[in-house]
Amino acid sequence: MSIWLDKNTKVIVQGITGQAGSFHAKSCKEYGTLVVGGVTPGKGGQAVDAIPIFNTVRDAVDITKANASLIFVPAPFAADSVLEAADAGIALIICITEGIPVADMIQVKAALRGSNTRLIGPNCPGAITPGECKMGIMPGPIHKKGKIGVVSRSGTLTYEAVDQLTKLGLGQTTCIGIGGDPVNGTSFIDCLVAFEKDPDTQAVVMIGEIGGTQEEEAAEFIKSNMKKKVTAFIAGQTAPEGKRMGHAGAIIAGGKGTAKEKVAWLEKCGVAVSMSPATIGKTMQEVL
Amino acid sequence: MKIHEYQAKELLTQFGVSIPKGKVAATVNEAKTVGQEIGFPVVVKAQIHAGGRGKGGGIKVAKTMQELEAAAENILGMTLITHQTGPEGKKVKKVLVEKASQIVKEFYLSVVLDRAKSQLVMMASPEGGVEIEEVAARSPEKIFKTWIDPVVGLQAYQARWLGFKLGFENAFIKKWQQLVTGLYRFYVATDASLAEINPVVLTKEGELFALDAKINFDDNALFRHADIAQLLDPDEEDQNELEAKEHNLNYISLNGNIGCLVNGAGLAMATMDIIKLSGGEPCNFLDVGGGATQETVTEAFKIILQNVKVRAIFVNIFGGILKCDLLALGIVAAAKELGVKVPLVVRLLGTNVEQGKEVLKKSGLNIINEDDFATAATVVVRQAHHDRTS
Repeated sequence: MSIWLDKNTKVIVQGITGQAGSFHAKSCKEYGTLVVGGVTPGKGGQAVDAIPIFNTVRDAVDITKANASLIFVPAPFAADSVLEAADAGIALIICITEGIPVADMIQVKAALRGSNTRLIGPNCPGAITPGECKMGIMPGPIHKKGKIGVVSRSGTLTYEAVDQLTKLGLGQTTCIGIGGDPVNGTSFIDCLVAFEKDPDTQAVVMIGEIGGTQEEEAAEFIKSNMKKKVTAFIAGQTAPEGKRMGHAGAIIAGGKGTAKEKVAWLEKCGVAVSMSPATIGKTMQEVL
Repeated sequence: MKIHEYQAKELLTQFGVSIPKGKVAATVNEAKTVGQEIGFPVVVKAQIHAGGRGKGGGIKVAKTMQELEAAAENILGMTLITHQTGPEGKKVKKVLVEKASQIVKEFYLSVVLDRAKSQLVMMASPEGGVEIEEVAARSPEKIFKTWIDPVVGLQAYQARWLGFKLGFENAFIKKWQQLVTGLYRFYVATDASLAEINPVVLTKEGELFALDAKINFDDNALFRHADIAQLLDPDEEDQNELEAKEHNLNYISLNGNIGCLVNGAGLAMATMDIIKLSGGEPCNFLDVGGGATQETVTEAFKIILQNVKVRAIFVNIFGGILKCDLLALGIVAAAKELGVKVPLVVRLLGTNVEQGKEVLKKSGLNIINEDDFATAATVVVRQAHHDRTS
């Protein structure tokens, strides 16, 4: 078992004719993901690597019965693509695109409220259920099927964590990058709820960073609602105030959102926190 | 992106926010002309992005032309040090000369994103003129908030509610409502990420003025606001950070002596953290991004080496989209072109790692290759210390 994506997930790629879109559509397909179609308005009828292209998400869904979409559309048009996928009834949307205006995401979030669509991202590496389905830009081979759930606000730092787990023999159920933007579709808590319910997930690694209060809220949730073990790492212990550390959401503002605060909160709620990024895997191994 | 107070005020007036009469000046003579136009007393305000200008001597009241001349002479060209500029301070190149207001009371008003709710929140307080964090810590009951439904936008009743909470008399509610809705319309129309008026002042004449304004814009939305993008003052930006931006690199200057070159923001932060945990100090944050090419890596190296404080460099790459061999070629090209003299510790993982290591080995450069994260950090810290003592 896993959460949200598995070997039966039928994926379309929006923005499939772009450089990133075509490269990763192929890479996901090679991994074994059922990539059933792509969408680029105006290029319907063509194909990328034998993947048929459609003009609209609705056409793609009608013909391929896709239930998930991976989005690589450039930032100025990405919000429109998310809404198009949701309107076509796509259940799982993963938006990789970086640099979407916050105002656009506020609108998207409001429009998706109450719908059955789950949005992961934007500005994220995607999600992977090892050995079954890769919907994202992560390197496939570092993953290994197993019992640890991984959820993270970061990209390469997630790969680092997964690599450490795999090298210690700790495989993963599903790994999810929720993205580094201040407004995103899926929160830490959404993932924790799903991992808690998933019978195959034994424990969860959570990787947070400076900015916002998602980690604190997650800590409270873990304390009151989770039986499974959760370990954590928070990036940005040395980040200065008032500077965006690459991710739009990674900023300490008005003294709020520091790593120190988050670590203290997590520890108070019984979460084992790795202080060094080199011991994320080891910290999990120790609590199991 | 940040802008100056005078630019913020010019923008806000276009949305119905009232401000005191005034104009920006770059020379003493220009300042005097503004004084002549608007009449005395005036306030002369240094235009730098940092807060705390008053305490640092960057804001002065002038009752006469002589006083204005003295104030402008004093402030223009001064290096202003405040709690936000750092010890090196900021050189003042422009002043805002503004008609002094007879203040009856000061208030606070702002719009920001509430990340937890994914909605904008309008905040107001009767405690104006002090930092809102201070008010939040001391008397949180004096901060009033109203959340804005993105579907319909800010409603007039929300603006009125804030006004009544702040204790405005009936006669002023309409003016207050105009100010609040103006600030909100400005925020949405310009894709701002922070719009703070602190203080809003009620004057003896019964006007509601925005006496100071702090505005940030969403960098991701600047593509649709060419007019705002050109308000950027390059003098206010870190030159290395500006140069990095041109090459699509995320770079932030820090105070240590270990240069960092990493792919991915999270891993870049984690790399800084592990350097600190190992007893060293990073001198920058640098994320070359997933789409980095050999050229961007070379540019990244150049930017790191421009920093004279650098005593050692830590390259930490987890190849995904970015292939390790490509990165290695970039490092070698940069090292040869620039003649890197500081120790270079390189950790490569992921896509094409073996080819990457091969490139480094063949280059004949003095590169310490270390796969273990913690060991690599220890080594780079030792190298930086060693260099300093020798």
